Amino acid sequence: MTYWFQQILNALQLSSIYGLIALGYTMVYGILTMINFAHGDVFMVGAFFCFIAAVMLGLPFLPTLLLTILGTALLGTTIERVAYKPLRQAPRVSAIITALGVGIFLENFTLALAPYPQHIPPLLDNITWTLGGVTLSSLQLIIIVLSLGLMFLLDYIVYRTPVGMAMRAISWDKTFVPLMGVPVDSIISITFAIGAGLAGAAGAMYGLAYPVIDPYMGIMVGWKAFIAAVVGGIGNIRGAMIGSFILGTVEIMVVAFFPSTYRDFVAFTLLLLLIVIRPYGILGQPRTQKV
Amino acid sequence: MKKALSLLIPLILVSFSTLGWAAKEETIKVGLIAELTGDMPAVGASCKNAAEMAVKEVNDAGGLQLGKKKVKVQLVVEDNAGKADQSAAAAQKLITQDEVVAIIGPNASRYAIPAAEVAESSETILITPWSTNPKTTLDATTNKPKKYVFRAAFIDPFQGKVLAKFARDDMKAKTAAVLYDVASDYNKGIAEVFKESFEKLGGKIVAFETYTTNDKDFSAQLTKIKDTKPDVIFLPNYYSEVPLQVQQAHRQGITAPFLGSDSWGSSELLKLAGNELEGYYFSTHYAADNATPVAKKFIEDYKKTYSNVPDDVAALTYDAFGMLFKSIQNAGKADREAVRNALSTLPGYKGVTGDMKFQAGSGDPIKSAVILQIKGDKFVYHSNANP
Repeated sequence: MTYWFQQILNALQLSSIYGLIALGYTMVYGILTMINFAHGDVFMVGAFFCFIAAVMLGLPFLPTLLLTILGTALLGTTIERVAYKPLRQAPRVSAIITALGVGIFLENFTLALAPYPQHIPPLLDNITWTLGGVTLSSLQLIIIVLSLGLMFLLDYIVYRTPVGMAMRAISWDKTFVPLMGVPVDSIISITFAIGAGLAGAAGAMYGLAYPVIDPYMGIMVGWKAFIAAVVGGIGNIRGAMIGSFILGTVEIMVVAFFPSTYRDFVAFTLLLLLIVIRPYGILGQPRTQKV
Repeated sequence: MKKALSLLIPLILVSFSTLGWAAKEETIKVGLIAELTGDMPAVGASCKNAAEMAVKEVNDAGGLQLGKKKVKVQLVVEDNAGKADQSAAAAQKLITQDEVVAIIGPNASRYAIPAAEVAESSETILITPWSTNPKTTLDATTNKPKKYVFRAAFIDPFQGKVLAKFARDDMKAKTAAVLYDVASDYNKGIAEVFKESFEKLGGKIVAFETYTTNDKDFSAQLTKIKDTKPDVIFLPNYYSEVPLQVQQAHRQGITAPFLGSDSWGSSELLKLAGNELEGYYFSTHYAADNATPVAKKFIEDYKKTYSNVPDDVAALTYDAFGMLFKSIQNAGKADREAVRNALSTLPGYKGVTGDMKFQAGSGDPIKSAVILQIKGDKFVYHSNANP
């Protein structure tokens, strides 16, 4: 029994990180119907910002986290301004190719600066509590609580504030919403800043949980988070969280039952089946195309 | 203008081709395939450093003695980007375009095996410094030794046996768990031999868990291992992954000691792991603090040039070059076939990593392993080990 509790804790930790990244994919898709394939690499840059703040500047945990979030938020808006905005009227495939290009740029830029895998030192004392055989570490607790906190904060922003209302309005209609006085460009920038900031937070926490970081770490994690967002219903914030928790739990539980080589195979077969049953994802709604 | 150009272009082409021709006549070309980028750049960097040092030493002395004249050595370095397909492509390029006499590298078995296939089929010598998987020097279809592929390191079955014996006799372990990368030839080979030998010595393997290259989360596997309460946990994995595995194990409250193989022996390991590895043992090729005179000179020269202690990849690369240079001199000419014959019959070579000589009809050397312990920021010599 304790074995299963331990595995559930493992699953929660992994899912929380997928969740934070999946939110960025889903927000950008929701507002621009564009898949931001550079997002996984923004997450990777987040881990490197965390490295810079923690190792080169020698900052403690909280300032490191804040600096990482700020840095990636700035990076996110810059990418949007430089790479995506000029293409907003272009065919959607151009934007996707550009996003791939930005991702490859980020990977190789980081590779040029840091060709070796880097180590992030533990910023927090590792305290472990053992309750009836189940071990919970302080870091695990922080990752889970902080991720859930950020997710609820985002949910609040999107559904309870004027900025969130503007975001939802733009996602419905980009032609008439500006006529109502909604500053579309700033709202899109804010969306990218929030999405990238969350990826940065995920990068910092991932870097602390799995402290060896390299320029290619964002690719696989990014794909998985993207798939989690699709499973939850891309464009839907609560869906992205649910999708991430399903993916993380399935991954851990497959390894708990079967040899590890079955993990991605079983996990993605299940997810494909889910998509067959619900093509728009768990919480996604089919949108009627206006002709 | 046009006329001048049309005259100039052939002139340039001719001068290039004569340059190429001249270079081919005057130097012996040796190829190096190293993991300069990708998932183990520290390995590639050490390999390249040692290779450049070995070549420089020979050239500073005027070159290799071939008959009456001295011929300089030219090193051609190729990066395999930490990929199996690029390793094969690099070997192909070195053999057909650069026409090297021999290739040194790649280091990791998963890159050395495909490159060795290419070298064998084009009848070019390949010496891998660090690859320990038996398949590197064996023909895939006949399972007989390859004719042109050699190595400077011992092989996995040997290392697996040595470590199983160490775990049983020195660590007094009754039960052991193994966590290894099932997608990598090196890790898989050594894990399987360890399991077999440990059980033969009366121990019990309570968990035999796997993961796939580039995984970062091992929590599910470690929880399984924790549940079986092993006396020792064996991690025959690369230096970039071991710190993650040990750290995650400690967070889960696992207290059993870890045991490693020669893939731990990179100075990067300690940088990546902080103090999480204190007191653990691993087997490797040589101990920097228990060195023979040959090794001492190498370590000092290396420190002087690159200002860090050479790891085992550097030492093995240096030995691979040493054996090759000696064989070229023994053969008296830079001919692939003649050098190959000289290499396979090379009498006892005193290298940095100990005395070695090739088994008859095989590219695998006979040599012994050492067990090192991690103390602070150093690898400390513990004992010599033979199965």
